[in-house]
Amino acid sequence: MIEFRNVSHWYGEGPDRTEVLSNINLTIAEGEFLAIVGFTGSGKTTLVNLMTGLLQPSAGQVLYRGEPITGPAPERGIIFQNYSLLPWLSVYQNVALAVDEVYDDWPKGRRDAHIRKFVEMVGLSHAIDKHPGELSGGMRQRVSIARVLATDPDLLLMDEPLGALDALTRGNLQDEILRIWSANRRTAVLITNDVDEGIYMADRIIPLDPGPAAGLGPEFRIDLERPRDKTDMNHDPHFKRVRTDILNYLVGLGEASRPPRDGSLRLPDLQPILPGTRSFVSRWRRA
Amino acid sequence: MGQSQATTSLAPAPKAALPALTRFLPDRAALARRAPGAARTLLISLASMAVFLLLWQLSASYLYGVEADARIARVTQEQGEAAGAEMAACIASGNISCRPNTLPFPGEVVQAAQLLLADHRAIRAKKLAFRAETAPVNAARAEQGLDPIVYTGRPSFLDQVGTSLKTVAVGFLISLLIAVPLGVLIGLNDTLRIAFNWMIQVFKPVSPVVWLLLVFMIVKTLTLGSDSDTSFLISSISVGLCAMWATLVNTSLGVSSVNKDYLNVARVLQLGIGKKIFKVILPSAIPLIFTGMRITVSVAWMVLIAIELLAQSPGLGSFVWEEFQNGGTDSNAKIIVAMFVIGLVGFLLDRMMFWVQQRVSFETVRA
Repeated sequence: MIEFRNVSHWYGEGPDRTEVLSNINLTIAEGEFLAIVGFTGSGKTTLVNLMTGLLQPSAGQVLYRGEPITGPAPERGIIFQNYSLLPWLSVYQNVALAVDEVYDDWPKGRRDAHIRKFVEMVGLSHAIDKHPGELSGGMRQRVSIARVLATDPDLLLMDEPLGALDALTRGNLQDEILRIWSANRRTAVLITNDVDEGIYMADRIIPLDPGPAAGLGPEFRIDLERPRDKTDMNHDPHFKRVRTDILNYLVGLGEASRPPRDGSLRLPDLQPILPGTRSFVSRWRRA
Repeated sequence: MGQSQATTSLAPAPKAALPALTRFLPDRAALARRAPGAARTLLISLASMAVFLLLWQLSASYLYGVEADARIARVTQEQGEAAGAEMAACIASGNISCRPNTLPFPGEVVQAAQLLLADHRAIRAKKLAFRAETAPVNAARAEQGLDPIVYTGRPSFLDQVGTSLKTVAVGFLISLLIAVPLGVLIGLNDTLRIAFNWMIQVFKPVSPVVWLLLVFMIVKTLTLGSDSDTSFLISSISVGLCAMWATLVNTSLGVSSVNKDYLNVARVLQLGIGKKIFKVILPSAIPLIFTGMRITVSVAWMVLIAIELLAQSPGLGSFVWEEFQNGGTDSNAKIIVAMFVIGLVGFLLDRMMFWVQQRVSFETVRA
């Protein structure tokens, strides 16, 4: 469905050139749930922006259904990390902005029902006329999820959608995303820095090596039955093995990218300033 | 303590009587919570006002003494001891004809304010009488298709304030009509921004006086042959041109600095250019646009006085100038009255714009 062919991406030119992604090759199959895990700053957001079309690769090609991606389109919906709701619009209006644009040929009543259905689906009917500033972080992300899902995208991209939420809200929203996703099994790509989240939600996990010039690591298949149960999963031998493998791989990467240390620490050459030592009067007295 | 409790328990409940009106009043609990802070603010303000008045009184009496001594010394030198003593007696008696001309006392200013108010009432009465008198004539003239006869007497101080407000309102509208659309265009288009940048940088610091002369040159030529009074037009256009820069710069800044996330949303949804401007860019820029408008209003009110003074168009500016040229005994006091009125009106205009600005800002949570 999506294919990366030798994709590299860098910012700046000449001596300032910083390569973020280097030589990425990746194929995402129809109906698959893929998770990409990586450290912060490893180029995860750049990778997802290449898939939305907000960024164009500096080298190589990103293909969507065999065609190069030239720009963003609603068929590739994205849930942004920072929600990106328009603060001057209410919950209803935020979802309506997307629905009115994608289904502009529908009659008004049908669009209205559609918007309300998706707000209901994320459990925000009671707050439908509130503005984002009046909602909690979890509620805002639900609005953002409703906005994307209401346009029924063929490919659902999630850029650390739950990264800024607390653990409880996070767990609830994971279940909710899975529930909505399993209803029609669209292709989904989840970018995350939480390995457990990736294992719980995805069919396949690919670690992203830390930048600069990040490449993709080996893939890990998660062959757990759906629907998955968080408590049972913790005792599943396959889960344990995959989790250990991925963590070992990532920890190894982290160690490798750290600067080598010989155990000694260089301290800066500083003298403390004591009261009075730098005052004009004391210098004058000394003289 | 006990007394205050008794009064609260005795107070009737207006909520039941006027449920519709109490909605607009702050609720009692919030009022009680804010009361200590408000009382403190009020107390400090009143105390500083008292200090201000005291200093004013002291400096006025000092200046009065200096001026009186100088006058007595001059008369003594020019006309001899006897005339000097006569002048000293005259000043001591408070006779208007020999009062030293300097900074007026606060009391004199209050008197002048009362005088201006009385003058306003007298002129109003005259106007009403004139209207009643000319009503039959005007009715007859209207039937013949002639213009009605209007009162052309001297305007009162309050009329001048009204004229000034009208000039500022028209000037403000002119500046909005130019600055907001232009600012949006400049903010959206990089080429236009470069094209207009030098113009903004060069014309922004130009003094109101020069703008007035420029507008005068143009309007004078454009209205050649018409006998209508162009001074109002000239002063309001100049006010608009002087004050529009803040709105122009802020609008273009607001439009060009829209949060990238919002633009990404618009791009992913493939919003059309019109929808993108009206649903994403403009709403996001509105707080900055209104901040610019608030600055524009205060600048407009400030330059108005100077412009009216020069353009000879009726209003507070020309009032101040005429009083200064008059050199009447209470002229100085009247100028100070005008100063306070100018300050208060400016303050009220700013409060009004601040209120509007708060309404349109989406960053604060609307309760």
